Amino acid sequence: MASKRGLGKKVLEHELVPEHRLLTIEEAIDVLRRLGAQPWHLPRISVNDPVARVLGAKPGDIIEIKRRSHTGGEALYYRIVVAYQKGVK
Amino acid sequence: MSKKNGESPYERLKRKAAEILPQNIYQDLIDKVEASGLSEEGKQRVIEEAIRQYLHAQVQPGEAVGTVAAQSIGEPGTQMTLRTFHFTGIVEFDVTLGLPRLIEIVDAKREPSTPLTYIYLKEPWRSDEAKAREVARKIEYTTMEKIIEDIDYQLGDRVITIVLDKERLEDKGVTVDQVVKALKKEKIGEVLSIEEGEYKGKPVIFIDVEVSEKLLPEESLLMPQSFHSVNEKIKKIYLKGIKGIKRISVREEEEGSGKFMLLAEGNNLEEILRLQEVDYRRTRSNNIHEIARVLGIEAARNALIDEIMNVLKEAGLDVDIRHVMIVADIMTWSGAIRQIGRLGVAGEKPSVLARAAFEVTVKQLYEAAVTGELERFLGVTENIIAGLPPRVGTGAVLLRMGKPARNG
Repeated sequence: MASKRGLGKKVLEHELVPEHRLLTIEEAIDVLRRLGAQPWHLPRISVNDPVARVLGAKPGDIIEIKRRSHTGGEALYYRIVVAYQKGVK
Repeated sequence: MSKKNGESPYERLKRKAAEILPQNIYQDLIDKVEASGLSEEGKQRVIEEAIRQYLHAQVQPGEAVGTVAAQSIGEPGTQMTLRTFHFTGIVEFDVTLGLPRLIEIVDAKREPSTPLTYIYLKEPWRSDEAKAREVARKIEYTTMEKIIEDIDYQLGDRVITIVLDKERLEDKGVTVDQVVKALKKEKIGEVLSIEEGEYKGKPVIFIDVEVSEKLLPEESLLMPQSFHSVNEKIKKIYLKGIKGIKRISVREEEEGSGKFMLLAEGNNLEEILRLQEVDYRRTRSNNIHEIARVLGIEAARNALIDEIMNVLKEAGLDVDIRHVMIVADIMTWSGAIRQIGRLGVAGEKPSVLARAAFEVTVKQLYEAAVTGELERFLGVTENIIAGLPPRVGTGAVLLRMGKPARNG
């Protein structure tokens, strides 16, 4: 039918998708220091995740996710970008 | 002392509360306190107490939140019905609910047993039932089979007659022109004539087609099975719609709202979101894997929470959403959907004993022995097996006897 490419920026506007932001290296280091965590401690997101693709993220980047929490307004969550994963297109 | 850089103690306290309390609790609290008509001091005391209570209610470091979540979902789960099907106000569709659906979600099944897509429309299609119905027709996957009444053929004769049901033609919104075009595109053969008529008491349209030599070679003209395969081919011809969307119904978003949405059986979120009539901000499906693929892992997490909460609520069970959020976080931790089970979360535990305690015990132990795995006794399960205090709660703290203190 239509092109095989993803939906592009439309994805970011979907109500299920919280706000994602790619952190700069300085911000990423700051976040890790604040959490007292190593990069591999963080939850992951695949480079081929639709949102990560729109942001142009590369493996090793950290993405900040502003979740609309069900219990307390907004909550920040961090995911580290990892290489291609099976099961994610 | 009461005023420091122009800030009253009440305002300072408010700032402190904003830092500690989650946004919506803070907003609720301030709204109520301001409207209460309490004295300045009274307000302060209420806020102070709220902060104290909030800190008291927070989860302590070392709390076994995963175990508590498992118990909190597991126990009410035992009360759920085993019955698979249940109607939820939708007359035309079966929706899997209850325990089977919960298991399906937690096992991260590739395809839900009742795949559904909730399609929301943009204006003007949203407020006009006729227009919404048009969109539904456009989306529904339609093949020739759905409009064909019969195919007539005679052995030895290259010309066959396709009988189209006029009523169904109209219902599906297919024109004869489209049918002829599709026949041509699939290279079935030459259309000789199109006639209206009656067949078994129904108004129909007869289309005579001379089947091409390629499909029906001269030597097979007398073999019934070759005609049969031509029939099958004709029936499978694609006319319109989106692949995977089997049935579709138009309904009101909320009863009496005058706003219409579509409920479709089948999943194909990606193609549906591309349509210009569809509100791509709200349209969703009940297939978690599909959501992860099309909208990303965070969307899948939200969908997981929504789906699980919906199942529990539908069964009349009151489970705190925080437990469900932990389950969803664990399932999406790796960036892909992992099931809670042998092939997912439980199977990837670093501890041999924990894995062996779950399923396929012998295989786990055998493989661990072959590869020389080390058991480090860090998790809950393995410590319980070994009769050790698990490293959670007060067990998270290790005490060691130091040097004896001097002077008594």
